[in-house]
Amino acid sequence: MTNSSVDYRLIDSTLRDGSHAISHQYDEDDVIAIVRGLSTAGVQVIEIAHGDGLGGSSFNYGFSKVDEKELIARACQEAGDSTIACLLLPGVGLADDLKDVKELGVGMARIATHCTEADISEQHIQMAKKLDMEAIGFLMMAHMNSPEGLVEQALLMQSYGADAIYIADSAGAMTTEDVQRRVSALVKALDIPLGVHAHNNLAMAVSNSIAAYQEGAANLDGTSAGLGAGAGNCPTEILAAVSNKYGIETGVDALKLMDVAEEVVRPIMPRQQVIDRAGLILGYAGVYGSFLLHSQKAAERYDVPQAEILMELGRRQVVGGQEDMIIDVALELARKHAEANE
Amino acid sequence: MTLRCAIVGSGNIGTDLMYKMLRSNMLELVALVGIDPESDGLARAKDSGIEAPHSGPQWVIDNAADIDMVFDATSAYVHMRHHADYASAGITAIDLTPAARGPKVIPPVNLYEHLDAPNINMVTCGGQATTPMVYAIRRVIESLPYAEMVSTVASRSAGPGTRQNIDEFTKTTSTALREIGGATKSKAIIILNPAEPPILMRNTVFAGLPEGSDHQAVLDSVHEMVDEVARYVPGYRLKNPPVVETGPFFTPGGEVPHRAVVLLEVEGAGDYLPTYAGNLDIMTAAAMRVGEAIATAKSKVPA
Repeated sequence: MTNSSVDYRLIDSTLRDGSHAISHQYDEDDVIAIVRGLSTAGVQVIEIAHGDGLGGSSFNYGFSKVDEKELIARACQEAGDSTIACLLLPGVGLADDLKDVKELGVGMARIATHCTEADISEQHIQMAKKLDMEAIGFLMMAHMNSPEGLVEQALLMQSYGADAIYIADSAGAMTTEDVQRRVSALVKALDIPLGVHAHNNLAMAVSNSIAAYQEGAANLDGTSAGLGAGAGNCPTEILAAVSNKYGIETGVDALKLMDVAEEVVRPIMPRQQVIDRAGLILGYAGVYGSFLLHSQKAAERYDVPQAEILMELGRRQVVGGQEDMIIDVALELARKHAEANE
Repeated sequence: MTLRCAIVGSGNIGTDLMYKMLRSNMLELVALVGIDPESDGLARAKDSGIEAPHSGPQWVIDNAADIDMVFDATSAYVHMRHHADYASAGITAIDLTPAARGPKVIPPVNLYEHLDAPNINMVTCGGQATTPMVYAIRRVIESLPYAEMVSTVASRSAGPGTRQNIDEFTKTTSTALREIGGATKSKAIIILNPAEPPILMRNTVFAGLPEGSDHQAVLDSVHEMVDEVARYVPGYRLKNPPVVETGPFFTPGGEVPHRAVVLLEVEGAGDYLPTYAGNLDIMTAAAMRVGEAIATAKSKVPA
């Protein structure tokens, strides 16, 4: 399914992972402008959903301003030659959600689990295949598992019928060497293509993505202007520009992607995607990127330092989806601080 | 009177339930039935002097004359295939899978409403842990437009049945928050956490509080209900005091100015898996509570 004239396939997740950075407040106009821009620039796959995947709208992760299925329908109408993809976390969304989005015109489903829990994705990968969608197994928080461990998990997803596997550095915690070791082990072991989804908490997103390509990854993720969880994702327009410098053929127009980032995405960003203390700590402590804004809110609400919340979450080895633990940690810290002041 | 019981399913839940039933003087365990002769559960049953056939649900049907009640700890699909056979054989089925064929029972909310039902569904471990809280909040406010639960269990305590049927878990749990908890709309989320040493089971309940709700009454009602559940699940407790947070929150049930957040932890009794597996404990303890209530009810009715 990968276009053979390009060296890797670019999947843009501005409308899914980027949703975290705007607290899931996308509206129809945003979706239309972003999909048109990305499609015109030649992006092959555009992912859209609540940041925590289909069905993610909740107290725990934040409610979507507009029903994601309305936005997905709109994206499909505007997609042109691009494929529209959705992400789904088993345990949050349902296999039934895939049926709904298939009818709207979605062609790809990325089924995401924590990097040690691939066996909860069987139902959903099989459903995607039954619906004749491209199915990608997406292993999150990949820094928390060894290359050998990831191979084991990826092989499970391959056995369920996945067309490709992704590893996601959801905490933006990997060095280039961490990426290289994992990608080379996976490329060797799998019969299907591999992809890498990078975050920029340690300022490594673009270089790690290029390193992943050089080790054999055939799919790479980005978001426009890096909009996304934590300090942000691998910025699509920078990845395209750097790829050109390396002579890597992406099939996308880097200048047009710069236009989308500058003229469409930056104007709707509530804050620029910078690596501030909290963002850096996410990568440093290995904490799921989407905890950033939730921990900021809890820090204000309970008057405790955000950095302390994030370090404690890292110590507890919480995984993606456990946003409720932010409140738990904030309450405990508030109690400790109060006791210390007595 | 004493009821003669069989447990079907020799995995984590069935084996944990076996140890609890061996201590009961109202439920007499006739057999732990599995399908894998090599399973750890069946070996432990034999060690405890309990019959341990591996011919699956059919064994129960074949021995129906000697069995009053079956506890099904297999999977939703297996229960859906066999629930009618148990009913026609006159065996009361306590269903510990999310198959949801019979009425759902959450002991501190509706234990006595379905004691004569031929099939009782125990919802899910997360449902047992969180529905009482949703009900506790609902009973002191005018309406509960939306409730949500997040359950996190240690990877090691989630067996293959749970993993292959994760959608059934969220759907059945979410339904229980509405039907039994009293929420108008609901959502359930489950997360597996592989941390070592394994984490204790965690459950968080979020409830949207409409304008004019008495927050102190909500908090008091939650505390009362925690005590109620802890009576049959000793490891059930609040990890932090419940709090009311200020929004507004734009829930699927409409905008609410506040939400209640209840952070729970369940430490298991360690009957089979170690104490981190509170998810097993809350399920099997609730099933025992139902089984014993049925036995008590039957002994009060002259035959």
